[in-house]
Amino acid sequence: MKLSLTSTLLGSAALALVATQAMAEQRTLKYYADFDPAPLAAFEAVIADFEAANPDIDVVLQNFDHEGYKTSIRNFLTADSPDLANWYAGNRMAPFVNSGQFQDVSDVWADNNLGETLASAKGSMTIDGKQWGIPYTYYQWGIYYNKNVYKQVGVEVPTTWAQFIDNCAKFKEAGIDCLTTGTKALWPGAGIFDYMNLRTNGYDFHMELTAGKVAWTDDRVKNTFAEWAKLVEPGYLTANHAALEWQDAATLLVQGKAANYVMGNFAVAVFKDGGMTNDTLGFMTFPEITPGIPRGEEAPTDTVHITAGAKNVPDAKKFLAYLAQADVQTKVNEALGQLPINNQAKVGDDPFLQAGFEMLSTADGGIAQFFDRDAPAEMAKIGMEGFQEFMVKPENVDKILERLEKARGRIYK
Amino acid sequence: MTGSATTAIAGTNKRKVGVWKKNQRALAPWIFLAPGIAMFALYVIYPIIASMWLSFYDWDGLGTKTWLGLQNYIELADDEAFYTSLKNNIIWLALYMLAVPAGLFIALFLNQTVTGIRIYKSLFFFPFVISQVVVGLIFSWFYAPNFGLFYNLIEWITGTGVAVLADDRYVTYGIIVAGLWPQIAYCMILYLTGLNNVAPDQVEAARLDGAKGWKMLWHVILPQLRPATFIAVVVTVIGALRSFDLVSIMTDGGPYGSSRVLSFYMYEQALSEYGYRMGYGAAIAVILFAIMMIFISGFIWKMIRDERGV
Repeated sequence: MKLSLTSTLLGSAALALVATQAMAEQRTLKYYADFDPAPLAAFEAVIADFEAANPDIDVVLQNFDHEGYKTSIRNFLTADSPDLANWYAGNRMAPFVNSGQFQDVSDVWADNNLGETLASAKGSMTIDGKQWGIPYTYYQWGIYYNKNVYKQVGVEVPTTWAQFIDNCAKFKEAGIDCLTTGTKALWPGAGIFDYMNLRTNGYDFHMELTAGKVAWTDDRVKNTFAEWAKLVEPGYLTANHAALEWQDAATLLVQGKAANYVMGNFAVAVFKDGGMTNDTLGFMTFPEITPGIPRGEEAPTDTVHITAGAKNVPDAKKFLAYLAQADVQTKVNEALGQLPINNQAKVGDDPFLQAGFEMLSTADGGIAQFFDRDAPAEMAKIGMEGFQEFMVKPENVDKILERLEKARGRIYK
Repeated sequence: MTGSATTAIAGTNKRKVGVWKKNQRALAPWIFLAPGIAMFALYVIYPIIASMWLSFYDWDGLGTKTWLGLQNYIELADDEAFYTSLKNNIIWLALYMLAVPAGLFIALFLNQTVTGIRIYKSLFFFPFVISQVVVGLIFSWFYAPNFGLFYNLIEWITGTGVAVLADDRYVTYGIIVAGLWPQIAYCMILYLTGLNNVAPDQVEAARLDGAKGWKMLWHVILPQLRPATFIAVVVTVIGALRSFDLVSIMTDGGPYGSSRVLSFYMYEQALSEYGYRMGYGAAIAVILFAIMMIFISGFIWKMIRDERGV
């Protein structure tokens, strides 16, 4: 009974499919992506709009889970590639660009004046003077804090590093972790390092370091770690963070057991699920460490690329151009809860987005992607392990830096 | 392959009667073995040789391969992470062997006729049935700081909790304990079947001679359990050397790589998100293979010797 019902349904669906295909000669555009449920819904809406505007194109979206996508992309790019694929800006796309798996889309940029409208991400999309994809969203990193805990301990939101450390001492007395993190997956620790280095040595130095041009044993790197040790050595960081997922640490902030958390804006959804509101959750720019350094910020960018094996390149370019439009980016990012790249797009009303937009648009230093996107994958892994070890055993700092330096000598050739 | 062989045989049969008949006894085993040999060559021998070959290259899985010669091995010899993994593998090997006596002990304990013993046996066997991934998750929660049962227990006894999986001193032992849980169940089931085959007349005779307790176990029961012990040791050694799932689920090799084992390090270098050094991963695989080879040849040697003995 059940079987026959489904088969009739299938049959009628197939009929309908045949009918629509007969009506219009449709060209398909195969698109592989790795969206979470909310962004997926947003993108499906965008695709529906695109299909309405271009009735002869049928976009077939195949969604993967994040982690699975990262491992399968290599397989499908070389074996059975779609027309469009999601990926990330910066050094993270370099292996695919250098091995010829992504197509040059400089003409899409030139024809649609994207050099102007997507100016802030142009640098991170450019390799060898050409652009290799379209960025559609980014989000800020910074410090999220629990306003209730600040009130309870009676301290002000800090603007300088010295104030931040002073506050930490008071939080510690009250039995609250000043800064929390969960480094089981390693990357949350890299967020802290990026900001420590951006604030101690500035954006340009940070970029040189992640590009392998500066030694890890350089005195300036040691300064970064010396500042970082001011947090680690007195035990202002959550203990056992190496066994915690980033969501576990978010729980500590929600419960008032931790005061601050260096995180990306995507964490706001988790804080709010835990019961925090705009009245109890605060956001601040990472405080200044070395005075007078131009302020660099961190905002990882998500992108869409045309693959080398794409079968329908003209329509894929049409889709990329569409995705770069201000109104489309406004709509996508409203649903994503993130920031549009297109500078004519509107930013959502959410106070954290507004704060992030304000912070990023006034960052005079530059915008970094994130340690594991700015540094090559191998260096990122060894580096993030080093950061985790440092946050457990700060006394090993020299050994860690020597190890990273040895890896640098091998990885950047 | 077998098809062509039979037609060839049919052909020879027509023209020259007797060749097949004469050699039938010599040829038949090979014909029966052929499908197995072909599969084994394709899926076992070829990948082993291909991995060894790959270990002399630098390759990211996408671009062109560059010949490195022994460079990967030279780098391995100077790689701290490799020695950590090797050391952990040895700890795994040593401690995992506890599963054999523990399994024997439980099997002896359960080898009695009481009402409901089948239920107890299946309950003890349960951990082996559930997936390693589930075992890993259960134990990570057991050890988890702040809410884990073990963490809270230690905190209650000593005042400060120990986050086993966040501490490079305990992490490997913590994972091994998780691995022992199903492995003991496996050894137990092997011994339980072995105990079914223990000759009751010998036990009877030994009892008449006044043997009991340890003497009975050591001199009468254990020698009869030798086949079971052999299998238990083999599966435990191999299980220890290829321990991967638990490390991956419980710690991902962390904290800062201190719980890595060779198989996990190989995966990390060759296939994980930050890896794609196929050549280096292959070099680690070759080393792991060499270590396994020591044990495997030992087992095979023993098996051949036993068969000749019979």
